[in-house]
Amino acid sequence: MLARAVTHALVGLEPRRVEVEAHLERGIPGFAIVGLADRACQEAKHRVRSGISSALLEWPLDRRITVNLAPAGLRKEGSSFDLSIALAVLAASRQVPAERLAEHAAVGELALDGRIRPVRGAFAVAEGARSLGLELILCAPESAAEAELAGVQAVPVRHLGEAVAYLRGELQPAPVESPDETVEPELPDLADVRGQERARRALELAAAGGHNLLLAGPPGTGKTMLGRRLPGILPLLAPAEALEVTRIHSVAGLLAPERPLVLRAPFRAPHHSSSTAAIVGGGPGPRPGEASLAHRGVLLLDELPEFQRPTLEALRQPLEDGMIAIARASGQALFPARFQLVATMNLCPCAGRGDPAAECSCSPQRLAAFRDKLSRALLDRFDLVVTVPRPRAAELAAGPSEASQPVRVRVAAARVRLREAAPLRTKAADELLTRAVERLPLSGRGRARVARVARTAAALAESDAVESEHVAEALAYRSPKELAA
Amino acid sequence: MSGELALASFAAATESHLIAEPRSVRFARFKASFDAAAEHRRLAARGYRFLARSDGSFPTLLGAIHDPPPGLFVRGTGATELLSKDAVAVVGARACSPYGRQVARRLGRELAAAGLVVVSGMARGVDGEAHRGALEAGGLTIAVLGCGIDRDYPAAHRPLAREIAEAGLIVSEYAPGVEPAPWRFPARNRIVAGLCAATIVVEARERSGALITADLALEEGREVFAVPGEITSALSDGSNALLRLGATPCTGSADVLESYGLSPADEHVLELGDQAAAVLERVRESAASADELGRATGLGAGELAGVLTELELAGAVIVEEGIVRASG
Ligand SMILES: Nc1ncnc2c1ncn2[C@@H]1O[C@H](COP(=O)(O)OP(=O)(O)OP(=O)(O)O)[C@@H](O)[C@H]1O
Ligand SMILES: [Mg+2]
Ligand SMILES: [Zn+2]
Repeated sequence: MLARAVTHALVGLEPRRVEVEAHLERGIPGFAIVGLADRACQEAKHRVRSGISSALLEWPLDRRITVNLAPAGLRKEGSSFDLSIALAVLAASRQVPAERLAEHAAVGELALDGRIRPVRGAFAVAEGARSLGLELILCAPESAAEAELAGVQAVPVRHLGEAVAYLRGELQPAPVESPDETVEPELPDLADVRGQERARRALELAAAGGHNLLLAGPPGTGKTMLGRRLPGILPLLAPAEALEVTRIHSVAGLLAPERPLVLRAPFRAPHHSSSTAAIVGGGPGPRPGEASLAHRGVLLLDELPEFQRPTLEALRQPLEDGMIAIARASGQALFPARFQLVATMNLCPCAGRGDPAAECSCSPQRLAAFRDKLSRALLDRFDLVVTVPRPRAAELAAGPSEASQPVRVRVAAARVRLREAAPLRTKAADELLTRAVERLPLSGRGRARVARVARTAAALAESDAVESEHVAEALAYRSPKELAA
Repeated sequence: MSGELALASFAAATESHLIAEPRSVRFARFKASFDAAAEHRRLAARGYRFLARSDGSFPTLLGAIHDPPPGLFVRGTGATELLSKDAVAVVGARACSPYGRQVARRLGRELAAAGLVVVSGMARGVDGEAHRGALEAGGLTIAVLGCGIDRDYPAAHRPLAREIAEAGLIVSEYAPGVEPAPWRFPARNRIVAGLCAATIVVEARERSGALITADLALEEGREVFAVPGEITSALSDGSNALLRLGATPCTGSADVLESYGLSPADEHVLELGDQAAAVLERVRESAASADELGRATGLGAGELAGVLTELELAGAVIVEEGIVRASG
């Protein structure tokens, strides 16, 4: 007796079709899973057997059961095949109709008592199902809204018994509630930041142009505060971007069941003690790292010089081409990682530099090593560098600052402008740029960066052309030589 | 006459410092097989020249020190006669303070504007600022290196080196290809001091390279100026000690120009917009952050950033660690 169920394995973000074939034959009773299944996947034997018994279904005791996961060349990792394996075994033992099962994809982990647990990547698995022409997917209720984003109909089932009853036509599970798109958590607001006009302006430019921003300065001047307020002035994701980001967050298991579609530009702020794998991705699975979770959004590296050098080096590739490739025995997993980098740092290791109330106690060697590490790592990737000085008491006591909302409106308008009619440099602006390249320490790459920031400044000013004043402003945010080694 | 180029090439090949022909078999062999004409051609192909000590246009002041180099390798578009013009050395700490930077830049600019050639070592800090100041004034400047003239050391000064080579000269007693080494720098300093009738020490710690330059200048009977520094700053210990020992205080370029019998160039009038002029006026009162300048002048952060670039390009202000200072 042979029965089949279809599901998908994930290679990176990509769903690969997996056929689960259950074969029951006479012989010495036993249960084997073949087809390059890893340990977690092998353990499905126990969960499936226990789940079937708990659901008061019949375990075919007198049969030799072989489950083949095809294609054999593809490594099967994790517990997401449990539900498909259980259903294939049940179809092979004629407890559920095989032809009904063939109309469904399935994804989910089984608990020992037969409950169905959500697994990461349900969105991508559902996308795979749809590409095969399947319109129905059996999954845990927590995964239902996520799976439906792929354009299939989810059949939410809490328990293996429920899945069986449904397939037998004895039960119609409650439809998925449409996700609530209104309740979004509040983001921190720019109104909280006193003074720091220059840094705020740079933040607005970064938001409008998607530029990488470095905030440097003494402690307690609001650098971290400002960095955390970037998401609040970014526009919502375009529909195609939202799906892209959702796919990544699904694979990482980060989607909120009640609000699976990621509408806001993601914001990730990994701690500087994070491993390189945590930041660029890897591990079993492999899983996307923080850089990919920040795709189409913001990656904040707070205290940049504290990150390990190899971690910073590993970020150069995605900063260059927006992709992270993770080599695995089973092939290469590709994760998109087109993020906007925001970083903060002090001006020297003792943090005394730039602070009128303190004095730098760093030895020249220590300072040189600090700058060297920094400049070799990522310094040349920042489009905007702002030194945030310590404000005087009067500034902190000044009236309330502009809130995020009006800034967000300007940013959105500038983005439309940049997309639809990007302003071009006037002759005078061009001359200024050329003069600046001659006089300032500015590389070819630096020049291109200034040109881009100038275009953003023009778009924010609703100007049809990039004038010299926009180039002049952009030049003010170039990497200062005091940060370079 | 070509003996000097052979000597310099031999020193490079043996990684030694030589000012006179050694009496060794090794050198004799080297010299015998040395093809000076071919070496000159090789240098010329890279745009370099070699000015031998015995050459008539070798700078007299440098030739007069007690251990003049066998010759100078020269890079840049300037004529070698530049080496014999009235020159002043501006030297000081690499890790200088913002004050030191500001003073070096200003002295470089004003002395060059008045017609002096500004000589320094192209190091970070004071040296680099002095060269930049001279370039800003459209004046002449000479960088003396402690390595080959093709080395662009430190690497961060590569663009600066290019500018200096375009407007003035980069020279070294070491052949192209010689790598920088700490022991070569004091020797380099004797050339900096040797080319100049006066040396100005801007900021120097005790026992620093700049003090060595000053000592060498004093030994050769040249004038030494020191810029007074804060008595609480270790960065000024050396320069203030020089003052105590009798160096001439340098309280501005006029002090130096006077000893050359020159008068300051007319402060060249910057053509600035109204906004820039207002910002500059405020900066001249005292150093301030961009935000403070914005409040003082009513300019928005974006406009102000543009104005500050304008002032920086005009050489009127220096922005460092978020603080804007007047430099003129
Ligand atoms: N410009 C500001 N406006 C309002 N509050 C501020 C400002 N700057 C600092 N603060 C206060 O100081 C605290 C520390 O600020 P924040 O963490 O942003 O400093 P930082 O610049 O990141 O310092 P560090 O270099 O130590 O990380 C904030 O929680 C806030 O209460
Ligand atoms: Mg912080
Ligand atoms: Zn310090």
